[in-house]
Amino acid sequence: MTASTRYTRHSFYVLTENSLTLVSVVLFSIILLLAIIGPTIAPYDPLTTNTASSLMPPSALHWFGTDQLGRDICSRVLVATRLDLVIAASAVSISFVIGSLLGAICGYYEGFLDWLIGRGIDVMMAFPLFVLAMALVAALGNTVVNIVYATAIINIPFYFRLARAEINVRRHSGYVEAARLSGNSNARIILTYLLPNALPTLVVQISINMGWAILNAAGLSFIGLGVRPPTAEWGIMVAQGAVLVIGGQWWVALFPGLALMIVVFCFNLLGDALRDIVDPRRRT
Amino acid sequence: MKPSRGWFAAKRIVSAVPLVFGVVAATFLLTRLLPGDPAAFFTNTPGAGAAEIAEVRHNLGLDRSLPEQFVIYLVNLAHGDLGQSLISGQSVAADLMERLPASLELTVIAFVLACAVGLPLGIFAALRPGSIIDHTCRIVSTAGVSTPVFVSGLLLIYVFYYLLGWAPDPVGRLDPYLNAPPHLTGLLIVDGLLAGDLNSTLSSVKQLILPSATMALFALAPLARMMRGSMIAVLGSEFIRTARALGLPRRKIIMTYALRNALLPVITTLGMVFSYMLGANVLVEKVFAWPGIGAYALNALISLDYAPVQGFILLMACLYVVLNLMVDLIYSFIDPRVGLAE
Repeated sequence: MTASTRYTRHSFYVLTENSLTLVSVVLFSIILLLAIIGPTIAPYDPLTTNTASSLMPPSALHWFGTDQLGRDICSRVLVATRLDLVIAASAVSISFVIGSLLGAICGYYEGFLDWLIGRGIDVMMAFPLFVLAMALVAALGNTVVNIVYATAIINIPFYFRLARAEINVRRHSGYVEAARLSGNSNARIILTYLLPNALPTLVVQISINMGWAILNAAGLSFIGLGVRPPTAEWGIMVAQGAVLVIGGQWWVALFPGLALMIVVFCFNLLGDALRDIVDPRRRT
Repeated sequence: MKPSRGWFAAKRIVSAVPLVFGVVAATFLLTRLLPGDPAAFFTNTPGAGAAEIAEVRHNLGLDRSLPEQFVIYLVNLAHGDLGQSLISGQSVAADLMERLPASLELTVIAFVLACAVGLPLGIFAALRPGSIIDHTCRIVSTAGVSTPVFVSGLLLIYVFYYLLGWAPDPVGRLDPYLNAPPHLTGLLIVDGLLAGDLNSTLSSVKQLILPSATMALFALAPLARMMRGSMIAVLGSEFIRTARALGLPRRKIIMTYALRNALLPVITTLGMVFSYMLGANVLVEKVFAWPGIGAYALNALISLDYAPVQGFILLMACLYVVLNLMVDLIYSFIDPRVGLAE
């Protein structure tokens, strides 16, 4: 059996072993596809206003109805997929890179630096995370880029702690000693011997964090930080629909809210599935 | 000294002190980063010259070095001075204290609700894995963590206010046509009961139902999930098998042996649940126009009034540190093994 067929077989086994895994992978592919082609398949322009047809309930013409300015909600929800995913993905990548590198260095060298950074992380974790994100956006300035930074910063502790623990327990293991004796530098040992071993745990964390990051970013824009109207973004769209819910116009807030729910749900499922694969003992 | 529970508790309390200091320092640094020049803001006279601004800056201590400013900040803090709010014109400390009861009432009730529903759900799901209740538990907990509070809040408003008409206007803490009971604790339910004013108590309970349910829905998910996981792990352990083999009644095995052990890991996750809840508080207060500290800080943030934001962040962080401390202390008193293993 060649390596590639073995790989395909194993992936197939992993996907079909738990039906929820398959569902989450399919859902994830669809979401990714929509993020890429969303703007091209959107039936209307997401920014074109048409006051003549404002606040129309869902119909054959406008599947998700229209908002106060007559914009097609379906198109806006579709177009927003890309922005929401990009915000979350960039935030998570930043925190993954910084958090795991810092964690690896601290776990490997220990000493004063480890103590200092460790206490800094403790202080960060002493803040309720969403409140810290609010404060960071307020301090850095009210822009989309700063939403990304704020979301990245509040997620760094998770990667830091995971990477630190994983590297710390392995740093005296046989293969690391062997690598050191054969003349590898410390940096090389961390990057090519230790971090790859910590990667499975970190990848699970990435998937769980994506859902979190999306909720966090949408929460920030819901309270009026970061994304500015008329940009199509799920959090701000829910905020625009919030005032209408009392009057019974549910569709303006519901559809972007539903999109948020589905995407976060998908990432959570994916995270659970990956965790089952990486660590079957923690299956619940 | 012989390790004991008292020793553990004392050590844990002492370990919170540097954390509080770190929180204060971080808040101070964050607020130095905040845009806007307070000196320019305080010089109210239009067309104030550079000299006047410099004078105000000197009076506010803003021309000193950062460490000096930090010391001044600490001294002010020790006097309970969090600065002045530009919008309300009152001191931030007074503003926060006035609004804190509203947030506490909401958060505490939501937490009790979440525990009352989440824990039994997790326990029953663990007792019968694969049953309907287990699936309900899984669906509720997955939906709970996946739904943003501002969406679930709006859905509840739509269903219970607009469609069914069961809930009152989802705005504020009290029916606008009622007078608030005399201010004692600031918790309207308690104040209403103390004053014997059943109307306002009833009204405030009604106003609380939807926002606290929204928050509970979010907090319930991790609780139910942890409870189920830890209960399953405990039920599969040796001592439960022994208890079963000895023929102890099922009720006793579950309630006395399994539950007490299974609750311990749940208590340690409470810290995370509180972090969720304090954050969700801001969003829920915004959705339900709840006059708490979250809504206050948001208003201030949007009008670029930074002293209240600063005070709010500090208050939230201190609350969270204290809550975590309490969780650890409760844990050390529930688990007889704490302090003995060292």
